Amino acid sequence: MTATLESTAQSTVDSAVTLSAVRKSFGHGSNSVLALDGVDLRVVPGEFVCLLGASGCGKSTLLNLVAGLDAPTSGSIELSTSRPAVMFQEAALMPWLTAARNVELPLRLAGLKRGERREKASELLSLVRLGEAGHKRPHELSGGMRQRVALARALASTLGSAEEGTPGLLLMDEPFAALDAITRDVLQAELVRVWRETNTAILFVTHDVREAVRLAQRVVLLSSRPGRVVREWSTVDGDEPALIDDITAHLREVISGHAAA
Amino acid sequence: MATPQLENDLAKVGAGLDALDAPSQEQRPSLGRRFVRTGVPPLIAFGLLLGAWQALWAAAFWPEYQLPSPASVWAAVAEAIETGRAFDVLWTSVSRAVLGFLTAVVIATPLGLLIAKVRVVRAAIGSLITGLQSLPSVAWVPAGILWFGATPSTIYFVVLMGSVPSIANGLVSGVDQIPPLLPRVGQALGAGRLAAARHILLPAALPGYLAGLKQGWAFSWRSLMAAEIIATSPQLGEGLGQYLHNGSSLNDISMVIAAIFLILLVGVGIELLVFRPLERAVLRARGLTSAL
Repeated sequence: MTATLESTAQSTVDSAVTLSAVRKSFGHGSNSVLALDGVDLRVVPGEFVCLLGASGCGKSTLLNLVAGLDAPTSGSIELSTSRPAVMFQEAALMPWLTAARNVELPLRLAGLKRGERREKASELLSLVRLGEAGHKRPHELSGGMRQRVALARALASTLGSAEEGTPGLLLMDEPFAALDAITRDVLQAELVRVWRETNTAILFVTHDVREAVRLAQRVVLLSSRPGRVVREWSTVDGDEPALIDDITAHLREVISGHAAA
Repeated sequence: MATPQLENDLAKVGAGLDALDAPSQEQRPSLGRRFVRTGVPPLIAFGLLLGAWQALWAAAFWPEYQLPSPASVWAAVAEAIETGRAFDVLWTSVSRAVLGFLTAVVIATPLGLLIAKVRVVRAAIGSLITGLQSLPSVAWVPAGILWFGATPSTIYFVVLMGSVPSIANGLVSGVDQIPPLLPRVGQALGAGRLAAARHILLPAALPGYLAGLKQGWAFSWRSLMAAEIIATSPQLGEGLGQYLHNGSSLNDISMVIAAIFLILLVGVGIELLVFRPLERAVLRARGLTSAL
């Protein structure tokens, strides 16, 4: 990798994003639905955190709040990173732009000059091993390739437009859920490699325990309706199968709690 | 954890998947084949039509002043071309239609964006614009004559009333059909309102907008012909519509059919030379070739 991307690695800030007592409800009066209730969460720069939970735990709501696409009802979200980048379940590439132009789009919106944009986009495309596919249109790419272009675009929006030295933050909303098993497996490994090379903090939402344990340094389990942090696990020094069993047991407990209610 | 060996294997698996999963590129057929496929059928249809016409004329079911022979219509066209009258007439009408159409684009584009994006505006005039589309623009000719007299203003007024609703409606449906995820992505990538309109909304709505433009052109041309046939005065010069009107006044059926032929020729010509290639290029770039 080149120096521009690595420069984001060193940082003096001790937290990339801090959520304190975040509440979010939708609707008004008696019809209002409480999606998140008092969520506290801290992500350190360069850390890989997975948010795990069943349907209705407000995972996506949480990501939208951090991304600034929505505002919390109460509580605070402090970001010390550059603009967080979001990746959705669908690649959502602009169908009228080539892969390279799609990656350039956030740089263009940030006002970078053409030459700089080109250079950075091709750098990011080779990072996701698509250096040769920059001229292709989204419909000429496979699902996995599209999702990698989306990853490069997300990285461009959090790293490319930032000042040197600001840590990046990548928010991922079940980005591999719609892919087939083999592609998902390869992309998970690719994501870990990209994460190591760029040293971006990642907040990754999933409902797949194996995926969470495989990818993250820390797994955070959320309860459903309303979403609260139930428990956290560190995956750094544990034996993986036991951890998966433990987390799965807790996830089941959270879900079966709703049957009684 | 990832050794260089593992890294390398992973890259290979990834490259293999890319090669297997990427949609295969369809080959564009050669120019000759494309001509055979798209150019020959209409030529055959035209030939058959001409043959039927000639046969009907030869059978003499109708008197000559109602059904002329293909040859006499062709003679009328050839005469108009030789005297230069055809070019004057075509120029008068086509320049009016193009000017009217461009003015309509300038008015309808911001109007369409307003209707699509501002809820109050849509509620207030959205249905009116759709309704205007179904109102034959020839209905505006009498009003136009009373307001502006038999002047070019009347003609442009009728053309605008015909084409503005189509173009605005096309843009509205183009904007409505944008997948909701794309504007959200734009917001997440840091696009403000204006930048989102410029970089996401307008390009995403382009196919619908283009369909609206195409229809808008057809309506401009139709409205223009209606206006020219009804509103005739020395002030207006001679357009295709007046040429047709004159043919009718002179009881010259060959001239009438020749005028209809020229009107059709312009309509088909603009469609084939301007809108078809434009639409094709836009849809092809987005992988929507099955629609062609």
